[in-house]
Amino acid sequence: MSLGVDWMIDWVRTSAVVIAAHRVELITLDRDIGDGDHGENMDRGFSAVIAKLDTLPADAIPADVLKLVATTLISTVGGAAGPLYGTAYLKAAGAVAGLVELDGGALAALLRAARDGIVLRGKAESGDKTMVDVWTPAVDAADAAVGRGVDVAAVLAAAADAAEQGAVATEPLVARKGRASYLGERAIGHRDPGAQSTALLLRAAADTASGTASP
Amino acid sequence: MKKLINDPKNVVTEAVEGFAAAHADIVRASTDPIYLVRSDAPSNKVGIVSGGGSGHEPMHGGFVGYGMLDAAVPGAVFTSPTPDPIVAATAAVNGGRGVLHIVKNYTGDVLNFETAADLAGADGIEVRSVIVNDDVAVKDSLYTAGRRGVAGTVLVEKIAGAAAQRGDSLEEVTAVAEKVIGQVRSMGVALTPCVVPHAGEPSFTLADDEIEIGIGIHGEPGRERVKLQPADAIVDRLLGPILDDIPFASGDKVLLMVNGMGGTPQVELYIVYRHAAKVLAERGIEVARSLVGNFTTSLEMQGMSISVLKLDDALTELWDAPVQTAALRWGR
Repeated sequence: MSLGVDWMIDWVRTSAVVIAAHRVELITLDRDIGDGDHGENMDRGFSAVIAKLDTLPADAIPADVLKLVATTLISTVGGAAGPLYGTAYLKAAGAVAGLVELDGGALAALLRAARDGIVLRGKAESGDKTMVDVWTPAVDAADAAVGRGVDVAAVLAAAADAAEQGAVATEPLVARKGRASYLGERAIGHRDPGAQSTALLLRAAADTASGTASP
Repeated sequence: MKKLINDPKNVVTEAVEGFAAAHADIVRASTDPIYLVRSDAPSNKVGIVSGGGSGHEPMHGGFVGYGMLDAAVPGAVFTSPTPDPIVAATAAVNGGRGVLHIVKNYTGDVLNFETAADLAGADGIEVRSVIVNDDVAVKDSLYTAGRRGVAGTVLVEKIAGAAAQRGDSLEEVTAVAEKVIGQVRSMGVALTPCVVPHAGEPSFTLADDEIEIGIGIHGEPGRERVKLQPADAIVDRLLGPILDDIPFASGDKVLLMVNGMGGTPQVELYIVYRHAAKVLAERGIEVARSLVGNFTTSLEMQGMSISVLKLDDALTELWDAPVQTAALRWGR
C-alpha cells in the first residue's frame, strides 16, 4: 500500500478546507499569546495554494506538489509561519524527490525532513512552545509505526495522534521563541497556535490517507 | 469595533494606493508585489529599505523620501511582508552601491528579510542588514526571541538615510545604523488595546482602570499590568529602565522622542514630554534634540512610548540633515 500524487493533492485540498474552518480558532489562539494573525495568514496561504494547483502538470509527482505548496506559502503567508512552513514543505519535497508512490518509510522521511527544515530555520528546540513540539513527536511516532510494519494510513494516523497530543502539551510551557516569548510565565496555559496548525495539517494527511484506504 | 474600512482583505492595498496618490511628489507605489519607493529611485547612493507589518503608520511608508528610506515594504496588518516584495523593492532601489535592510527584531520580519537578502544577493545585489532591538521592556532576552524593535527604528532610519544621502558607502551606512541601534533605548505603555481589522476584536483586554507597562507595538504584553496613574508616574516607570540600560549618564547629550501609539492626543504626548525632559535634566542629561508625535503607532491603541538616543556630533549632524518624506520633513 502506498500513496501517490492524487493523495498528496487531496491532502493539500483538505488542508486548505481545515485551515479555513479553523481560521478563527487559530486567530484566537494567536491573540492570546501572540499578535492574532496566524489563522488569517495560513488561510491566505492555503487559498493561494488551491488557486495554483491547476498549474501542476498532468505528470506531476508528490514532490512537485510539495514544492508548489512551499513556494506559494513563502510568498503569501508572511510572518514567521510563511518561512517556517515554506521551508518544511521544501525539505519534504527533497526527501521524496523522484518518487511516484510513497510507502510508510517515505512518508516518515518526508515528515522528518519537514521537521528538520523548521528546526534549521526557526532555531527552536523541543520545549520552546513552538510547532517543533508537535513535529518531533509526530515524526517519532511515524518512525515507530513504520517499525511496527503498519500500513501507510496507520503511519499517518500515528503521526496525527502524536501531533494532537504535542499541541496540547504546549499549553503548560513557557515560550522561548516567537512572539509568545515576550509573555514569560503568562504564556502558560495557552496552546501555541503554530503547534495547533501543524496538528491540523497532519490530521488532514491522516484523514485523506484513511479515506483512500477504505473507500 | 468601528473602522473606516471597506473590506479587511483590502486594507493594506487601499491604504498604499491612497498614500501614493496623496504623496505623488515623493513616492510611487508598486501594487504587485506591493511596496512603496521614492519617485526618484534608484540613484547613485546606497539604497535603504525597511518594512514590516502594516498598522504602524506613518512607519514605514511615511519615511520614504529624500534623506531617509528609499523603499518601504508593508506586510499585512501586523504581519511581516513576504520575501518577494522585499526582493523587488531591493532591486528597485539598487543604484549599484548596495542596499541596507533595516529590520525590526521580530521572528517573522527577520526570517523574511533574511530570505529576501539571500535572494537579492543571488541576483548580484550587495545587501547588508541591521536588526533594531531597542525595546528594554523585554527582560531575559537570552530566553526570548530577543528585544523587540519599536519606535527607535525611526531614528535608525533617519540617521542611516542621511548617511546614505550624503554618499557614504554601504559599509559606512551600515556602521552608522549599528551605532544608532547600540545607543537608542525605548519602552512603551498601553492604556487601551488595538483592534486588528481582520480579527475584529481587541488584541488583549485591559480593565477600565488598568494599563500595560512595556507593551509591544503589536499589543504584545509588556512587563506588568498596573492601575492607571498620573502621567508623570507612568513616565517615571518607562524612563527608569531606559536610562539604566546603557546606562545614560550625567553629561550625555540625547535625542528624546515621545511617540504616540495612534489613539492618544498630542496634548497628552506633550504632558509626557514635559516630565520626561524634566527627569533627564535632573539627571544632568542634556536633551539636544526632540521629536514628539505619532511615528510608530499600533492602530488605535491609546498609549505612548519614550525613546532616548545618545547623541554625538556625528549623529547630531546626520539627524539635522535635510529630510523630505510624508511624515518627517525639514531643511529642504
